[in-house]
Amino acid sequence: MDLRDTPEEAAFRAELRAWIETNLPDELRGHRGGAMRFEGPELRAWSKALYEAGYAGLTWPKEYGGGGAPYTHQAIFLEEMARAEAPPHIGVIGIGMAGPTIMAHGTEEQKARYLAPILSADEIWCQGFSEPGAGSDLAGVRTSARLEDGHFVVDGQKVWSSFAHIADFCILLTRSDPESTRHAGLTYLIVDMHSPGVEVRPLRQMTGESEFNEIFFNSVRVPVENLLGEVGGGWQVAMTTLLHERGTLGFALQAALEVQVRKLVALARDRGADPLQRDRIAREWIEMQALRYTNYRSLSQLMKTGLPGPEGSISKLVWSEANQRVTKLALEILGPDAALAEENAPYGGYWQYQQLRSRGNTIEAGTSEVLRNIIAERVLGLPKSR
Amino acid sequence: MDFTFTPEQDALRKQARDFLEANPEPSFAELAELGWTGVSIAEEAGGVGAGFVEEAVLYEELGRALYHGPFFSTFALALPALPDDLRAEVAAGTTSWTLALGPLVPDLDTADRIATVGGDGIYELEGAEREVLTTTDETRPLGVVRGGTVGRRLADSTVLEEIATRSNAALAVEACGVARRALELAIEYAASREQFGKKIGVYQAVAHPLADAYTQLELARSLALWAAWCVAEGDERARIAAAAARAHATEAAVRVCETSIQVHGGIGFTWEHVLHRLYKRALWIQSFGPSTTRLRAEIAAALLEGGQVFHVPDLRPEHGRPDPALAPTTQGG
Repeated sequence: MDLRDTPEEAAFRAELRAWIETNLPDELRGHRGGAMRFEGPELRAWSKALYEAGYAGLTWPKEYGGGGAPYTHQAIFLEEMARAEAPPHIGVIGIGMAGPTIMAHGTEEQKARYLAPILSADEIWCQGFSEPGAGSDLAGVRTSARLEDGHFVVDGQKVWSSFAHIADFCILLTRSDPESTRHAGLTYLIVDMHSPGVEVRPLRQMTGESEFNEIFFNSVRVPVENLLGEVGGGWQVAMTTLLHERGTLGFALQAALEVQVRKLVALARDRGADPLQRDRIAREWIEMQALRYTNYRSLSQLMKTGLPGPEGSISKLVWSEANQRVTKLALEILGPDAALAEENAPYGGYWQYQQLRSRGNTIEAGTSEVLRNIIAERVLGLPKSR
Repeated sequence: MDFTFTPEQDALRKQARDFLEANPEPSFAELAELGWTGVSIAEEAGGVGAGFVEEAVLYEELGRALYHGPFFSTFALALPALPDDLRAEVAAGTTSWTLALGPLVPDLDTADRIATVGGDGIYELEGAEREVLTTTDETRPLGVVRGGTVGRRLADSTVLEEIATRSNAALAVEACGVARRALELAIEYAASREQFGKKIGVYQAVAHPLADAYTQLELARSLALWAAWCVAEGDERARIAAAAARAHATEAAVRVCETSIQVHGGIGFTWEHVLHRLYKRALWIQSFGPSTTRLRAEIAAALLEGGQVFHVPDLRPEHGRPDPALAPTTQGG
C-alpha cells in the first residue's frame, strides 16, 4: 500500500501538467460541459493537440495508435485535466466505447479503418442503443436490420444519442431476426451517419440546450463488412461496450466531482454559509474523497489482477447522487439569486445550469435503479429480480 | 500508486479472522503470543516493527469479532504517550493501558494501568479506585476513576493530537469491521429467507437498501484505509483524513446495522441474534470522543477558513505536502 505517485507516475504528472498549462487555450478553460462539448472548432483543435501529444487513448494498445500506458496514467490524466478544468477530447464515445468494442470484436480491416481517426478527432462517433421502447431494458431493441444483397437495410429509431448531430459513425444495436425476442437475434453494426436515410433531430432538455438526439433510420443501407461480431451475436458485443462505459468512467466522474466541490467551497467562501450548510459542505468533501479512494482501490486491484475490484461498481451511482446534492446545495447558498438565470445570475448561471443538468446524471448511462440491481445481484450475490 | 494490501497484511488478516472465530474472548497475553501487541511498536522497543496499516487490519478484525479487551485503549489511546521501556512491556503482553481523556474511561475493566491527562502532560495514575459502569455495549465498558496519585510523567501533552488522530482512524476501521459482519449477515438472510414464495432478496425493496448499505460501507472503508495509511506514513493529511473517515464510517456503520436489522425482520430484533451486539458497538463508536458534527465542523473550518484541502498532488515526487488548511483549528478528542 502506497498512495503516493511512483517516481515514474510523478514524472508523467509533471510533464502532463506543464503541457496542459502551455497548450490549453484560455477560452476553453473552466469548461462547463453540457452542449459546450460540441461547439466550435477550438474543441477539435484541442482534441487534435491532445492526440499529437500522445494523450488521446492513453490506455489503448500502441499498435492502434494509443499510448499503451497503464490505467494509473489514465487516472492521473483525468485528475490533471479536471484540475485545469480542461474539456475532454471530443471523441469520448469513440475512445471510451466504440474503439474498445472494435478492438475486442472487430476484423483487422475494421481496426485499420476506424481506430486511428477516433484518436486524431478526425471522426466523431455516437452510440445508438436506447430506443423509445427500450431504455433500461436494452434487450427490447426493435430497430430492424434486414440482410439484402450484401447490405443490411436498417429501419427504426434510436434516442438519447449524444454527439449524433456531429457524428460520422454510430455503433448501432439492431434486431436482425424479426422472429427473435430479447437477447437473441440482435446484431451490432457500424453505421456511417452520412448515409442516405439517416435523420438526426436534437432533443431539447430541461436546461434549454440540446445534448441528446433522436436518430431515425429510414431504409439505411449498411454494407455487410460493417457488421461487428456475428449476426445474432449483438448482445455480447453490446455488453463489451457497456462494460467500457461503466468501467473506465469512475476517474472522470470523481475528477468532475472534485471540480464541483472545489467550486462549492469557493462559493461558500464568497457568499457565506450557515452552520448547517457548512456541515453539508464538509459531508460532500468527505464523500468526494471517499469516491476517490474507492476508485483507487478498484484500480489497484485491476493493476494487480487484471480485474477491477468490485467496489468500483458503486462509482457512477455515488457520483451522480453526490453531484445532485452538491449543485442543489450551491443553489441554497445562492439564496434568492438562485432564481436568476444565465448572464443575470451570479457566476454566469453556472450553478443554475449545473443543478438542472445533474438531474440527468441518475438516468443517463444506467439509471440508479439499474445500478442498484447490478450491485445487489452481481456484487452481493442476491437472487436475480428478473 | 498502490492501494492494495501486501501478502503479509493479507496473511495477518486471515490469521486474525481464524483465531478470533476459534477464540472469541482472548486474553491480552494471548494476543501477545500472536505478535499483535507489538505490531506497530518499533523492534528496538521489543515490537514487530510493522505499522499502523497492520494495526488497522487488527482493529477491523477485532471489531468484526466484537472483541472485549484493552486493545483499542492501549494502542489507539495510550501508546503514543508511552516511553520505550513501557512500550516493551506492552509488546511483551505483560501490560495493557487505558487513557483517561475525559470522565468516561474505556476498557477500565480490563486495562492493567491508567494514564491520565493533566496540565501540560500525560501521567500515569496510580492507586486510583475504578468503578466500571453499565454500558449498552457490554463488550466495551466505560468506567470512572477516583482518587489515586499522579505518578510518572509519560509524555508531553502535544502528543494529544496524535492520539486524537489515531483513535479516529482506529475507530473508523473498527466501524468497518462491525458493519461488514452486519452486512454479510443481512445478505445471507436475504438470500435464504423466503416469503410470498420467493427469496426476499429478489424484492427490490430489500435488495436496494442492501446495495446502499454496501455502497456506504465501501466508501467508509476507502476513507478508513486512507486515514490508516496517512497515520502509518506520518502524512500531513492524517489529521483531516482520520476526522473524515471517523465521521463517515461511524454513520455508515450505524446505518448498515440498522438496515441489517430491518432486513432480518423480527429475528433481527431479538436478544439471541448477534445483530444487536454489532449495532451497540456501532453506537458506542458513535458516542466516543468528538461527535460526527464536530468532526465535520473541523473539516468545514479547514475548507472555508484554511487553504486548499484538495487532493491533486504537488509536483514533488517525494511524500509530504505542507498544507496550510491542515494547521490545527480546534482540538478534537
